[in-house]
Amino acid sequence: MALTVARCRPEVICAYPISPQTHIVEGLSALVAAGALTGCEFVNVESEFAALSVAIGASAAGARAYTATASQGLLFMAEALWNASGLGLPIVMTVANRAIGAPINIWNDHSDAMALRDCGWIQLYAQDNQEAADLHILAFRLAEELSVPVMVCMDGFVLTHAFEAIDVPDQERVDRYLPPYRPRQVLDPQAPVTIGAMVGPEAFTEVKYLAHQTQLRALTVIPRLAEEFATVFGRRCPSLVSPYRTEDADLVVVALGSVLGTLAETIDELRDEGRRVGALGITTFRPFPAEAVRAALRDGQRVIVLERAFSIGSGGVVSQDLRAALDGRDCPLSTVVAGLGGRPVTRPSLRRLITQAGSAPDGPTAVPPPLEFLDLDRELLVRGASVAARSAAERDERSLRNER
Amino acid sequence: MAVQRVKFYQTGSFAVGNRLLDPAMRSVQADRSRANAITSGHRACRGCGEALGARYVLDAAMRATGGKLVTVNATGCLEVFSTPYPESAWQVAWLHSLFGNAPAVAAGVAAALRAKGRTDIRVIGQAGDGGTVDIGFGCLSGLFERNDDVLFICYDNQGYMNTGVQRSGATPPAARTTTTPVEDEAPGNRFGQGKFVPFIAMAHEIPYVATATIADLRDLEAKVERAMQLRGARYLHVLVPCPLGWGTDASETIRIARLATESGLFPVFEAEHGEVTDVSPIRHRVPVEEYLRRQLRFRHLFEPTRREDLIARIQARADATILRFGLIAEKES
Repeated sequence: MALTVARCRPEVICAYPISPQTHIVEGLSALVAAGALTGCEFVNVESEFAALSVAIGASAAGARAYTATASQGLLFMAEALWNASGLGLPIVMTVANRAIGAPINIWNDHSDAMALRDCGWIQLYAQDNQEAADLHILAFRLAEELSVPVMVCMDGFVLTHAFEAIDVPDQERVDRYLPPYRPRQVLDPQAPVTIGAMVGPEAFTEVKYLAHQTQLRALTVIPRLAEEFATVFGRRCPSLVSPYRTEDADLVVVALGSVLGTLAETIDELRDEGRRVGALGITTFRPFPAEAVRAALRDGQRVIVLERAFSIGSGGVVSQDLRAALDGRDCPLSTVVAGLGGRPVTRPSLRRLITQAGSAPDGPTAVPPPLEFLDLDRELLVRGASVAARSAAERDERSLRNER
Repeated sequence: MAVQRVKFYQTGSFAVGNRLLDPAMRSVQADRSRANAITSGHRACRGCGEALGARYVLDAAMRATGGKLVTVNATGCLEVFSTPYPESAWQVAWLHSLFGNAPAVAAGVAAALRAKGRTDIRVIGQAGDGGTVDIGFGCLSGLFERNDDVLFICYDNQGYMNTGVQRSGATPPAARTTTTPVEDEAPGNRFGQGKFVPFIAMAHEIPYVATATIADLRDLEAKVERAMQLRGARYLHVLVPCPLGWGTDASETIRIARLATESGLFPVFEAEHGEVTDVSPIRHRVPVEEYLRRQLRFRHLFEPTRREDLIARIQARADATILRFGLIAEKES
């Protein structure tokens, strides 16, 4: 990943270490130190908040800026994330998706990026490491074409720490695909501009409206850039959504990220058994490709959204967008929260989920509950409850004793 | 960009326009072709010390750099009063990002210029005391320890004035703010708290640390010029009285700043690589009372009953500062 990012010729890289992002920036610092990546400043900063702030300054000064983070680090950046998008700075950032504490947990889920889905950044999710590499190259083009920052989300550990043979695009082709960065506006003493003025009620809505319109343009720009990518690199690059065996499916599982690989294998197995099932991968989550989703699904299909994060007190995050996209369509939808905090989403679990949801060769059987937690360990819940009850009882007893 | 007509000021012997002085000695403000970095017409309060300080600092920096300057500004009064969309008072390349990240953003600009081989363009970061000593402090310390090529300016008005006069880490003891109210047992801000960031900057052993006030604008200009001769992280802490927050008459701003130094409460000095290299001696020492009693934020020290105990504690602070920096030259015998 580091090599791919280096071939995009970033001019300023700043980073603060957090697992599982570290070795991407370690690799980049090594490339800069070894002189393999020239014309680039590597800045070691004191926090993620500073990392993104350094990128903001660098981008506003006309440099191609890159950083990477995960989890708590992404949340620590939150204020600066909105600022970068508000200022229209085309920063590219890798998010090595990881859970958010408490309880502290370093393993993979999508809670971090999903928590920041409204911050004005484009969010792309990679299925595997080849996609992650390719999406980074596309991300720089996309960001700079629209002047909007882009997050490339890749599952922490599952992808970031996987040993997988990938084709790292060569420098000549990357240069052909990705021209040097030409900023929209830049801090130039020769032509001074004021960037980051205060905007009151008289124009704030319009600023946000325009930001929305700009981001929606990505829905046409991304497929074009993906096509161009295929021409230059001779390989398909994912764009908005990736349907897998959905055409005649009775049931389609919607998911983001690396779980799509396991899902595809499960679907192949079930197809062999004569079950009509498919999957729909969402690569571009922000802006949400509602039209592409509608086009990929047809009436009568049952939809399960596999959520690697969820909104406590409400339910699925991706499901909300799916429901809005499928408004007026006959696609019964259910939400399954799966793989939180690094719990593996296995083939047997997915198999059980899909078969129970009703994809028998002779059609649907049972209607699944609207919100379900995959592989929920009920025994653990009971054990936990009894421990809590026991300690509460002990506390009561102690206070009784003290009263006496 | 619309260019505002430069006003030409000429008063007194050592003031801006004295034609008897060698041109190099004259204030930047005496130069018709000065940058006029922040134009008039902005929305600062009458008598604002920060607006005055910022104009002198940036015009001096523009002269020192031949106009090759980028400015990064933290959220705060200076940012709000200068850029109400669609207006801007800035005639320099200027970026505002957030409240707490101005040092890091400035470091990012410097990194970009380094990457592009444009180190002829210099970078200034600026913030109030809240953006410097409190919310921006982590980023500031990072800027210092990396020795990034940025001059960071703190315009210290000793509180959160933009949000309505709340206490900051730079608010002096006994000062009344809206979050350190005056009650019988709690006479304003507590003693034994607060920090003096120039010391902390010196502890980073950066090339240059200096303090200044708007009472001595020539000294302020000279320090900006000195800072611009050096590379690496530099820090300039400028005391800028706030008529609104301090409860003083708008016409008193300069006098209050002068009394802050003449009382010994605010030391004016320079330091290089962690060592003090020069101090501005007090020529006419005044008791702290002279400084305190002109400000409504300290009125409770005098009314309804005179708090001799608290005035004495503040005087002791001034005495210690004078001793520490040697602000009063030993009398020649």
